[in-house]
Amino acid sequence: MATMTSGFSSMYSSDFARPDWLTAEHETGTTICAIEFDGGVVIGADSRTTTGAYIANRVTDKLTKVTDYIYCCRSGSAADTQAIADIVNYHLNFYKMEHGEEPLVKMAGHVFKDMCYNYRDSLTAGILVAGWDKREGGQVYNIPLGGMITRSPFSIGGSGSTYLYGYVDSNYRPNMSKEECLKFIANAVSLAINRDGSSGGIVRLATITKDGVERFTLTGDQIPKFYEDS
Amino acid sequence: MAAILVAEPQASGFSFENCRRNIFLEKQGFIAPTAYKTGTTIAGIIYKDGVILGADTRATEDTVVADKNCSKIHYIAGNIYCCGAGTAADTEMTTQMISSQIELHRLNTGRTPRVGTANRLLKQMLFRYQGYISAALVLGGVDITGPCLYSIHPHGSTDKLPYVTMGSGSLAAMAVFEDRWKPNMERDDAMLLVRDAIAAGIFNDLGSGSNVDLCIITKDKVDYLRPYDEANIKGQRQGKYRYKRGTTAVLKSEVKKLEYEVVSSTVVAEPMET
Repeated sequence: MATMTSGFSSMYSSDFARPDWLTAEHETGTTICAIEFDGGVVIGADSRTTTGAYIANRVTDKLTKVTDYIYCCRSGSAADTQAIADIVNYHLNFYKMEHGEEPLVKMAGHVFKDMCYNYRDSLTAGILVAGWDKREGGQVYNIPLGGMITRSPFSIGGSGSTYLYGYVDSNYRPNMSKEECLKFIANAVSLAINRDGSSGGIVRLATITKDGVERFTLTGDQIPKFYEDS
Repeated sequence: MAAILVAEPQASGFSFENCRRNIFLEKQGFIAPTAYKTGTTIAGIIYKDGVILGADTRATEDTVVADKNCSKIHYIAGNIYCCGAGTAADTEMTTQMISSQIELHRLNTGRTPRVGTANRLLKQMLFRYQGYISAALVLGGVDITGPCLYSIHPHGSTDKLPYVTMGSGSLAAMAVFEDRWKPNMERDDAMLLVRDAIAAGIFNDLGSGSNVDLCIITKDKVDYLRPYDEANIKGQRQGKYRYKRGTTAVLKSEVKKLEYEVVSSTVVAEPMET
């Protein structure tokens, strides 16, 4: 009997029948990426949300709408990034009502940055902001953990991105078409899903242009196959 | 030294002086009191005409079952209910507070409240408390947009899904859902599926037990079934386990007179003589 009891207490924390993963914070161990093309952006993400070793949601939507023309890709703590996205959504919606025009992607990026920088000690959030506006066209802004902001023609983020630097650096070409960009992002997310344990599920993709947002999901055998799966 | 009669101004802000004392006492081997938690199985699904929420009824205090038939499906509004797992006091208070805010919102707007509104209020409150309110919730209801189901974690993250589970028995319950859930299920099949998911938690998780409660929410009706099912009914005893009189032989019997002294006496009231 004594051995049984000790067997259980090693499985659970000091709290009876309450495994550690339940009280642990919800993290999106994630793969996210975004790329600019002439006339818009393509964004992509996996769909896994984990709490310790448990997959809390296998069909998460990490491509979160901020305005009709601006989306963000969320990585890090699910609670933190959802809260930030909600607040930025509020600010930009307010801006749109006051000024009667769509906010610029650069503004959205800087509102995200202000949140991430001012609360950097209490937040775990790595965010990619991507969208289209009539002044600068398609834009991608990267806001990593400390609250820095950089614009780049393409960007990757989340735990899965460490497996992708080789792929993106060797396969990125300037002036790719929308279709080429979709392929590039789909391949990147698929490769990361195969190698990163905390990324997985399905591949979510979206394009943002002057005509608005078009969304795609790749499931099952629609996901590109590589060496590993053959 | 300040005079006893003159009050010194109170220092402003919080006082953390007891924190160091408590750390010291814990190092000395003092065990601080722990909160009352419910190892729980709660679940919910969307089916053809609405939402079904389910919960077990066990409340535990460490290894002791504190309540064998507690209620874990809380009222939010007439068309919205919420299952709670985690610290019982926290789930009870958060659902009551949000229920109150939703009722005021309904009175102000004159509209049926939306599930999305309740979800937003709950997630913003839980996020503000940075996970210190340990309430893991399954929120479900039917509004103008149709049936809605959310899972809400203690840190304030939410997921909108067609089937969700929460609590320590969530793995067992989710295994049942992943196997058998289909879109647009019929009411009877859906009720059986939720019952079986909660039963899986009751039987396979130490923290869950007793009965199954269900709450079926449709466009114009709520059925709160408590208990819906007793997962393990106490069996009927098959035989009598009592020795018959005379099973043990009487070898001899003796009657002794006990010597005793009177140590107390009673005084009885008598009618007064006139």
